[in-house]
Amino acid sequence: MTTEWVNPLRDPEDRRMPRIAGPSGMVLFGVTGDLARKKVMPAIYDLANRGLLPPGFSLVGYARRDWADQDFAQIVHDSVRAHARTEFREEVWRQLSEGLRFVQGDFSDDAAFDKLRRTIEELDEARGTGGNHAFYLSIPPKFFGDVIGQLKEHGLADPAAGSWRRVVVEKPFGHDLASARELNAVIDNVFPPESVFRIDHYLGKETVQNILAMRFANNLFEPIWNANYVDHVQITMAEDIGIGGRAGYYDGIGAARDVIQNHLIQLMALVAMEEPVSFDAESLRIEKQKILSSVVLPRRLDLNTARGQYAAGWAGGEKVDGYLDEEDISNTSTTETFAAIRIDVETRRWAGVPFYLRTGKRLGRRVTEVAVVFKRAPHLPFTETSTEDLSNNVVVFRIQPDEGITMRFGSKVPGTAMEIRDVNMDFAYGGSFTEASPEAYERLILDVLLGDPPLFPQQKEVELSWKILDPILEHWAKQDASGKSGVEQYESGQWGPESAHAMLARDGRVWRRP
Amino acid sequence: MIELTATNSAGIAAELVRARKKAGSPAMGMVMTLVIVVDEDQAHDAMESAREASQEHPARVLGVILGDARGHSVVNAQVGTGAGWSGETALIRLKGEVVRHCDSVVLPLLLPDSPVAVWWPTDAPQDPAADPLGSLAQRRITDAAAATRAKTKAIHHQCATYAKGNTDLAWTRITPWRALLAAALDQYPEKVLRASVTAERISPSAELLVAWLNDRLKVQVVRKNSDGPGITEVVLTTRSGDISIDRPDGKLAAFISPGQPDRPVALKRRTVPELLAEELRRLDEDDVYAATARRLVKLETKK
Repeated sequence: MTTEWVNPLRDPEDRRMPRIAGPSGMVLFGVTGDLARKKVMPAIYDLANRGLLPPGFSLVGYARRDWADQDFAQIVHDSVRAHARTEFREEVWRQLSEGLRFVQGDFSDDAAFDKLRRTIEELDEARGTGGNHAFYLSIPPKFFGDVIGQLKEHGLADPAAGSWRRVVVEKPFGHDLASARELNAVIDNVFPPESVFRIDHYLGKETVQNILAMRFANNLFEPIWNANYVDHVQITMAEDIGIGGRAGYYDGIGAARDVIQNHLIQLMALVAMEEPVSFDAESLRIEKQKILSSVVLPRRLDLNTARGQYAAGWAGGEKVDGYLDEEDISNTSTTETFAAIRIDVETRRWAGVPFYLRTGKRLGRRVTEVAVVFKRAPHLPFTETSTEDLSNNVVVFRIQPDEGITMRFGSKVPGTAMEIRDVNMDFAYGGSFTEASPEAYERLILDVLLGDPPLFPQQKEVELSWKILDPILEHWAKQDASGKSGVEQYESGQWGPESAHAMLARDGRVWRRP
Repeated sequence: MIELTATNSAGIAAELVRARKKAGSPAMGMVMTLVIVVDEDQAHDAMESAREASQEHPARVLGVILGDARGHSVVNAQVGTGAGWSGETALIRLKGEVVRHCDSVVLPLLLPDSPVAVWWPTDAPQDPAADPLGSLAQRRITDAAAATRAKTKAIHHQCATYAKGNTDLAWTRITPWRALLAAALDQYPEKVLRASVTAERISPSAELLVAWLNDRLKVQVVRKNSDGPGITEVVLTTRSGDISIDRPDGKLAAFISPGQPDRPVALKRRTVPELLAEELRRLDEDDVYAATARRLVKLETKK
């Protein structure tokens, strides 16, 4: 292949034509996991259904189970049937199922990795995958070292000339700065940075691009997007469910590590960053890193953080257990299921504008949003009684569910009396642009196969986020060690512990009910 | 649906506002106005397609049924929101002299500032851009394959009168073929020596595919006939052999390439609502279609 060759059928003007991934395959570690079955496999089917996978695409499952190829195919079939976004079509399934293989083994099994190599070679031969393979590690981080070491040892990580090998890892990326660095060293040792794709499954590329479009494609918001007009920003990710069966993963991790470190801090960066010089991944990363490195924590962490555990009670019409009653959770656990923190951004744009981040399980409803709360008008030429129902203007990025934008502003109540009240104006992406924004996983898997530099965080950002969070985690650990734990019980189905409300009240603010 | 008889544009507009208020949602998230010009007997199917497409592109959909242009003018309408629509809809029946001035009915009903698309589900005017309704729109969508008159020539007429903003669903239909062929050449970066397209005898999509391949590859593209459905095979001949996509059943294709095992690939013929949704995704000029249309006209005059 010469580099001069240009495909005559491609034209940059031809925006109708979707990009189909080149010949390639994927190896999925941890096929029995929840994410693999609920997200990864359906996303692969959806991609195939939309005609975006190459003919001959192959999926190899790797797990300890004693399965034949057909058993694995059955698992994929069931998961696709249950969770795919698009309609099930027999011919798409036929295309996909011919490329399914299964390799049995655990992560230290040399013979199994040898078999994996032979399977991949056989696929290159029989299906034309061309030596291009992505390794998707849908497994706990403690096994990353083993798997990546094995991949290296068995020559699976080294692409032949003209082909590629890539690796996909899911969050959490470590549990503090030190472990994140360790983890990175393991991966970095084997795969070059551009071949490593970190996925934050909460934050789809579509969402990132929506926020960027809204901020930088319009002239309406940017002039007021600063400390002159913005009072504060609230970033919330609330779940209505408990930890479910994930006790083993969750206990000892907690809400801050699970959600704030990656998801909320990423959202904060997107909302607060300066305009990138262009929209390529590199420029975006530079801006995000700048804003992350300008974050400072309040001096009194005890007054500006809050954490809690959900208590038994009623949520959404169902009787639910408290965190400490969940299976496999010790009744002395201090793992938080709710965390709220205040951070400040020391830049000219944001000085004096606190960012409040909160996340929790078993809260009022499932919602993720970024609310930019504006200052009140400096002067209101109305009587006090007529503006009693008027609060601050708000612009809300609704991330999920029903992705879109809400604006909240004052409007006159119809009638002869002068009465001004807050009203909401909702714009729904879901309604207005696409039937269903392609799931984060579809975009990511396609990016991996196409080799598009991802918008997902690279190591530097991961480390910067840990730098923000580490002092808070240490503070909490110190509290626990001194025996006066700051973990407060909060009522299931409500909006978090009293300390979280008190934390904002001290600043003269209140949490939105999202 | 509210029936309005002997009404006018203001009456229809007022009813649209009333229906929106009644639905309890005073906010509008509509992104465009879609005008459908259709016969009485196709009206139901066309509106149904528009309803499905409106899931992706919330629109004010105006169905316009042009009746007999002789006699006394009558404007009747059915107006509604909701019930599976993610926008508003009005089906307007015109009779008498007003048929010749149908644009005067539609113009006051266009959403402010938003783009306008007009779709002729079956027979389209010879020159859509010069049509009174067509000239209101940024996007003019015809469907040569659904023409009931002069079927074999329909796509040639459309290409000959191509103007910025025109498009034909026959072109939309071949997007997956084009994507797959481009992906095939990504894998075999070689010069194509010649090509062939096999399809049923009357297939505007096949004519466009021939023109597109000819325009892009600058080689002779042979058109062969089969029993269909639609396009059944495309072959690109390179020095190392034939790359071909063979789709006998309109659903599952085989991807055949030199020195490689045959691979199945799903290539389903898409439904009209899907095509319409793709068409409404972009409202700027389609340069590639423009070039293809020009090429088709050139190939035709050479014959």
